[in-house]
Formats: sequence, C-alpha cells, structure tokens
Amino acid sequence: MSAHSTAIGVSSKRSVWGGGIEPMKASYGKLMMWFFLLSDIFTFAAFLITYLSIRVSYPAYAGPATDFVGSNEYWPVPELVFEAVPFLHGIHAPLVFVGIMTFILISSSVTMVLAVEAGHRNDRNDVVKWMLWTILGGATFLGCQAWEWSHFIHGTDEGSVLTYVNGLGQNVTETVFGANLMVNEYGPAAFAQLFFFITGFHGFHVTIGVFLLFLVFYQAAVGVYDKRGHYEMVEKIGLYWHFVDLVWVFVFTLFYLI
Amino acid sequence: MEIQENKSTLVVEARNEEKVKKIWKTAGILLAITVAEFIMAFTMDRGILLYALFIILTIWKAKYIMMEFMHLGDEVKPLFYSIIVPLIFLVWLVIALMKEGSDIFMYRW
Repeated sequence: MSAHSTAIGVSSKRSVWGGGIEPMKASYGKLMMWFFLLSDIFTFAAFLITYLSIRVSYPAYAGPATDFVGSNEYWPVPELVFEAVPFLHGIHAPLVFVGIMTFILISSSVTMVLAVEAGHRNDRNDVVKWMLWTILGGATFLGCQAWEWSHFIHGTDEGSVLTYVNGLGQNVTETVFGANLMVNEYGPAAFAQLFFFITGFHGFHVTIGVFLLFLVFYQAAVGVYDKRGHYEMVEKIGLYWHFVDLVWVFVFTLFYLI
Repeated sequence: MEIQENKSTLVVEARNEEKVKKIWKTAGILLAITVAEFIMAFTMDRGILLYALFIILTIWKAKYIMMEFMHLGDEVKPLFYSIIVPLIFLVWLVIALMKEGSDIFMYRW
C-alpha cells in the first residue's frame, strides 16, 4: 500500500494530511516537546514582559553610577546591584559573577548539542561523555544561582536607609539589609519580587532539567537506547535543555544589562 | 552462555567533523555576542540606543540557539511556522504592557 493515498477527488496537498504518513516529519514525542516549549515560552514571556512593564512604571536612577544608593523611589542600576563574586568580599566586580554563570550555561548547551550529535551516530560512549559534561554544567549553574540568591537576600555590609510601610502597617524609616518579598535595599519592593519569581522559575526549570539529563545519562550508560534502537530521547531532552539556555539569554539581558 | 546485556545491535557511525566544527563555531558566535554585550554595558551611556542594541543582540542569540542548537531550521515548514508564528502575538503584548507601564509612570509621578 502506498503511503500517499490517491483517493478520487483528493488533491495531493490534502492527502499529506489524510493519515498514514507524518506530515511534520517528526515523532510524536518530539512534536509534543516542541508544543510544550511553545507554551513555556509564553509563560516566561508573560513574566519578562511584566518585568519590563513594572520597570518603566518607575523612574530610572539618573545620577552618576558611582554615587548610586539603593532607594525604593527609583529602579536600581543592575551592574551596581549584582557586583559581588564569591571569595572576593568587598571587591566591586560588576556583572562578573553573572557573566561566569552565563558562560557555564551556554557551555552546557554546547555539550548537550554534542551529545545529540553523538546520539544520531548511535555512539554510546560519546553520548555518555557529553551528557556527563552537561550535567556538570547544569549543577554548577544551580550552585552559582544558590550563591547569587543567598548574597541577594543577605545584602551588602552598608545596607540602605529606606522609608517604607512594614508588615504591621507602620510607616518606618530604617536601614534595610538585603532583600525579601516586603522590602529590599536595592530598589522598589517589586524589583526583588520579580527577581525571586523569574530567576526562581528559571532555576526550577534548570533543576528539572538536571534530573532529566541524569535520567538520559543513566539510560544511555546502561544501554536502554541501544535496546530501543534509537537515541531520540537525547534529542528530546536536549530541546528542553536548550530552551532553558534560551530563557536565560533573555533573563540575562533584562535583569542584568538593561 | 554469552552475556547479552551490553551488546548493541546498532552500528556506531564515525564522527562527522564538519558538524562538530559547526557546533563549536556557533558556540563561538554566542560567546562573542555575550562578550560584546558586556563591553557595551560598561562603555556606552545608558539610554534607548543601548537598550535597543541589547535587545537586537539578544534576539540574534536566540535565533542561533533555536536554529543551530535546537535544529528548528531543519524541521519541515509546517512545524517551523507553527512554532514561530504564534510568537508574533508577543510583539503586541510587549507594546501594550510597555504603554501601560509608562502610563502608570505618568499618573504616579
């Protein structure tokens, strides 16, 4: 039986969708991964566009960067908020640590695509090797993010003097250190709230990703994919992992550069 | 009895050096764009021009990740467009919420 049905009155174009063949030339699993990622793009886009919207609703800090002090009256300059590096306490190193994090995540995306390439060649040893590098990259990124959060929450030595309404509904003026969902020393409350929500949601995706990467690594190592006859799972999880990298590219620009 | 456990029936193909080279080239481009963004963040004045450049470079990076790493460019046209076309709606969301945000700014300050 021919794959292209030639029923009377059906144009050749419609017969593509008439059943029996794959019009998208992709497996069910891969298609569903793509449509899941599309829906996830919308979720992240909603978060990031909300960030932009709230950001433009506050005045930007206009003075010289060297005189910057945190205040809930205006939006902070990111390179003066994210300027700490582990083991280098008190040294002003703007965006250096987040630069390292970005480098790690992009590198893990590269090793992932090399694993996918190895999967196409049914090369188990290469798949296992590159998956291991990718897991290492993902786990390192998560560790860096944990440090970044911890520093953001604990804050600087100096803190900032802010006037705000505290949890008891009182209007207080005091020195605030670090950040929580109520108040933060860097900028308006929404700044820290959005930071926690968006980088947290991204970090959650990375965490799930590392679990999935480990699953693929394990299954490849014990020969599950050899028995199955193809390495498509590497490709599907690869799509997810690249998506995590893709989102980070946007988070990096919106939170740390703009 | 022979141990069957780790015996593969699949034929391992040789490395395709050209493909691997292309992957590393794409990685190099992504890294170069990120470094360029870094340098711009410290050498240029903050303003619309810098922000526009950042966004263009970010979308450029996104294009490389989706086309080269996720191989979306290699998929058939119907799949390609069913992923790309819905993203057009986001353009409107950006415009609408940026307008909303700047209007709130006008009322508040």
